[in-house]
Parts: sequence; C-alpha cells; structure tokens
Amino acid sequence: MSKRTVLVIDDEPQIRKLLQITLESNDFICKEAETAKEGLIIAANHPPDLILLDIQLPDKDGVSLLKELRSWYNHPIIMLSVLNDESFIVKALDQGATDYIRKPFRNAELMARIRSALRKTDAPQSLSEWVFDDLQLNVATRTVKRNGELIKLTATEFNLLVLLSKNQGCVLTHQFILKEIWGVGFQTETQYLRVFIGTLRKKIETNPNKPAHLLTESGIGYRFL
Amino acid sequence: MLLTNNKYAIGKQTLCTVCIMILLFVIANFLNEYISYKAVALLSLFALSIIAMIFDIVPVLIAATLSAFIWNFFFIPPIFTFHISNTEDVLLFALYFAIALLNGILSYKIRLAQKASRDKEEQERSIQLYNTIFNSLSHELRTPIAAIMGSADTFQEHFFTLSDQHKRDLLQQIEIASTRLNNQVENLLKMSRLESGTLQPSLDWCDLNELVNTSIHNQQERASRILFAQNEEMPLVKLDYGLMITVLDNLLINALNYSATDTKVEVSINMEEDTTVINVADNGLGIPKEEIEAVFQKFYRVDRKQTGGNGLGLAIVDGLVKAHNGSIIIQPNSPTGTQFIVRMPLETSYIRNIKYE
Repeated sequence: MSKRTVLVIDDEPQIRKLLQITLESNDFICKEAETAKEGLIIAANHPPDLILLDIQLPDKDGVSLLKELRSWYNHPIIMLSVLNDESFIVKALDQGATDYIRKPFRNAELMARIRSALRKTDAPQSLSEWVFDDLQLNVATRTVKRNGELIKLTATEFNLLVLLSKNQGCVLTHQFILKEIWGVGFQTETQYLRVFIGTLRKKIETNPNKPAHLLTESGIGYRFL
Repeated sequence: MLLTNNKYAIGKQTLCTVCIMILLFVIANFLNEYISYKAVALLSLFALSIIAMIFDIVPVLIAATLSAFIWNFFFIPPIFTFHISNTEDVLLFALYFAIALLNGILSYKIRLAQKASRDKEEQERSIQLYNTIFNSLSHELRTPIAAIMGSADTFQEHFFTLSDQHKRDLLQQIEIASTRLNNQVENLLKMSRLESGTLQPSLDWCDLNELVNTSIHNQQERASRILFAQNEEMPLVKLDYGLMITVLDNLLINALNYSATDTKVEVSINMEEDTTVINVADNGLGIPKEEIEAVFQKFYRVDRKQTGGNGLGLAIVDGLVKAHNGSIIIQPNSPTGTQFIVRMPLETSYIRNIKYE
C-alpha cells in the first residue's frame, strides 16, 4: 500500500515540526499549512487521506473551517485542541469531525487516533464477525462472546455495542449515540445512556471498574477500544 | 482617619459613651450630699479618660462636650442654668472642657500610632508569606524547565559522544520534567479560571461509582493503596464530570502524598437525604487543628518541604465543590489522619433501579 498523506493545519511552527517528524517516522507523508486559507487550498488541490486541524487558527476558527471542508471532503478530520472546554469539542464532533485530541498529547495516542480514523473510512465492516481482543461480536446471529463464552445482551445493549464497536477507536458523542439508538427526541436523555453503559460494562468487561473496551470521554461521550 | 470604618459602629459607640456619662452624672447626683460639684468634674474626667482608651475619637469628643454641658447645667451653681456666676467656676469649666478634649485627642493619637505599627508588622508578615509562596512556585516551575533545557543542551552538544544509555536517560528526564510542568500549569490554569468567576459547571447525569473508580485508576501504581466499596444504592447524580474528577483526583493525591506508603486511603460515597456525600479518609499524620482553615487557601502547604505540589490542589477542590453549591469539611480520622467530607445538593435520578425495556 502506498504511503498515506496527512495534512496538518496549525499555526504553531513547533507543533507542525513535531507532527511532521512523528508522521514521517510512522510512514506517512506530511503536508503543512499555517492558516485556514492555505489549508483549504492544499486540501482542494491534493486531497489528503486525513486532516489534523487545530481548533484555533489565526485567520478563522477551526470549527468554521471544518464546516467548510465537510461540504466536499469525506476523509477523516481530527481536531487538535488546547482548550479544556468540552463544548467546543462536542460542537466540532457535531459538525463532522471524526475525532479530537487534546494538546499536550502523547505521540502513541495521536497515532492510535489517526489509525482508527483511517480504518473507519477505509474498510466498511463486511464480515459478520468482529473480534476485539477478548470479545467476539457476530452481527448476523446477534451474539457476543467473551473468551468464547456467550454473553446475554438485551436488544438495546447489543445495538449500543454494535454502534460503538463499528466506530472502534473513535469518540462518539452522547447526543449521537442517543439519537442512533433511541431515536430523535432522546438526545438529552443521558441518564438512559449512563445506565446502559453501566450494565453493558458489567457484562462485557473483565473488570467493569477499570473498563478496557468502553471508555468514558468526560463531558463528550464514549470511545470503544 | 477613624479607627473604625463602620458608620453604624460609630453611632453605636456614641450612644454607649453618652449613656455611660449620663449614668455617671445620675449617680453623682445621688452622692450630692457627700461630694462637691468639683469632685464630680474629676470623676467625669476620669470616666472620660477610660472611655478614650476604648472608643473611637468621634464618640469620645461628643461625650466630652456633652459631659461639660451636663456638668455646667446640673452641677455648677446656679444649677439648672448654663450661667456661671463665679470666676473660678468659669476657669474650672473652661479647663474641664479643654482637658476632656485633650484627653480624647491624645488617647486617640496613641492608639493610631499603635495601629500603624501593628499594620506594618502585618504587612511585613504578608510580604514574607508572599515571598515564601513565590519562591516555592518559582521552584516548582523552574526545576522542570531547567531539567528540560539542560537535557536538550547536553543532547545537542554531545550528540555523537553520548552513550545510548545516557541518551535514553536524558530523554526520560525531559519526559518526567514536562509531565511535572504540565501538572503545575494545569493547576494554575484551573485556579485562574476559578478566580475569574467564569467557570460554569456543565451538569450531566453521572454514575458516581464509575467516577470514583476512574479517579482511583488515575493514581496509577498508587491505586492499590485506595480502598473503595462501591455503593450500588447510589442514584445517578447531575454534576460536571470533568470538574468532579479533578476534585477526586486532588483529594486522592493529597491523601496519598500526606500518609505513609504502607497505609490505606478509604473512599466512600452515599446519600444523606438529598445530599450527595463523598468521603476521602487517610491514616496520615493529620492536619494540625490551627491549620485546618488555612489548607483551602491557595498556595498554602502544610509541609513545604515536599516537592511536586504547589499548594493549589485543595484550593481548587474547594472552588469546584462550591461551583456545585456544595461544601467541604475536614475532620480527624481515627486512629490517625484526616477525613475530607464533600457534601453537595445534587439532582438525583433513581432510573437505574427501574426496568424499562
């Protein structure tokens, strides 16, 4: 497979340099843009396989640029943020960002996010059986096994698990999950989600107190690993 | 300049001094048969001297003036007039008035000087405290920066001669230092956000058992020292997950830092009627009674020798709990150590106990 291209849109030269080295040492081609304008031009001329987009840019805020990009760009966009404010991140995810990562980040974490985001768009799951470490999920027979042992899930729990695992490695917002599983009108009923995540963890996690699959993203949503 | 700034207090003081003087004259009136009106003046001057030692300048001067006229009206013959017939009495009245005023003014000046020297001492103490705080913060910020700069310099200067082991060590130093710096900066940012008053908790339903477990795992290898019995009866509560994780992280870090490595830290959660209660108890040395109030002040540290802290942890906890309309108190733990008890009036939902599929 040929090398993938990642476009970094960030106004901080130090961060661009770091990302360039990190990406190149992980076998990616790195393109850089300092401003939103420059980023748009590069993305339009040579659409990259993935965009790393800073949430604050000198000439435009990252979320507006994201919105613009999303009108024609379908590959993953990962937001970089120094802000602690979750509402910004949720807004970006609602506008079509694939994922986010907070600065300062660990390189391993960033690379994992990039790989998950690329996997999400590349290969639509065609097999009916998906394996995640100790978990085996069969969407045809609607069964889940942990270490070969059958786990009894309710219909909603199963749907929730399928939704999360289909987006393995990527964060999903509370609102998105609620809308997908319970339908329009349930987006604010986060208490349902808490309860179901709690029971699902008890069923699928080896140690529900220290979940390995169903991770909480504080103030944002959940991430399945 | 007045010693007290409160107008209400001045009014009260005036009323008080006037009452004392009137009472004195009433008593003097009954003693009329035994003492002359001149002795009454001396008694009144004596009372005024005492009043001047206790009360502010305005009430003292009012009392002095009033007493001069009362003495004149009721005691200097001819009584029940302000008229004074005797030349000596005129002199006495004038002297009484002058001494009473002088007395008040002099006492006031002495007290003003005393207050000034007290203020100066206090200011010196607070400058000293500020310096201590500033030095400790500079130390906590500059040490990791020095480690990062130094390691990077050595790496660049001796790029070709450094052994692989040394290179790895230097990189590890950079990593440790930047993590430490990151923690310090995070705390300072949280503190300034709290102080700016713009912090608005975004409340959402949360499973408190999960929150406590997450915070315990945040303590990494020290997590094994923490005991937590999940409370399955807990309802879902509405709070800001990110902020409350910070509260618990800081309480746990604090408890772990200030107790011996072979002791346990115990966490419990429960409902007291409509109040959510989180209790973090350690078996450390405990906090001296006189310092309990101070530990929630920013930059305050019980043990300044311990590195890695910046005296902000508990101040942040206090601020974040208040942002949830809650309160935090410290109680001694038995046999030794401290209990931090957080109480918050959070919205609850018992939906988890209902089967609804």
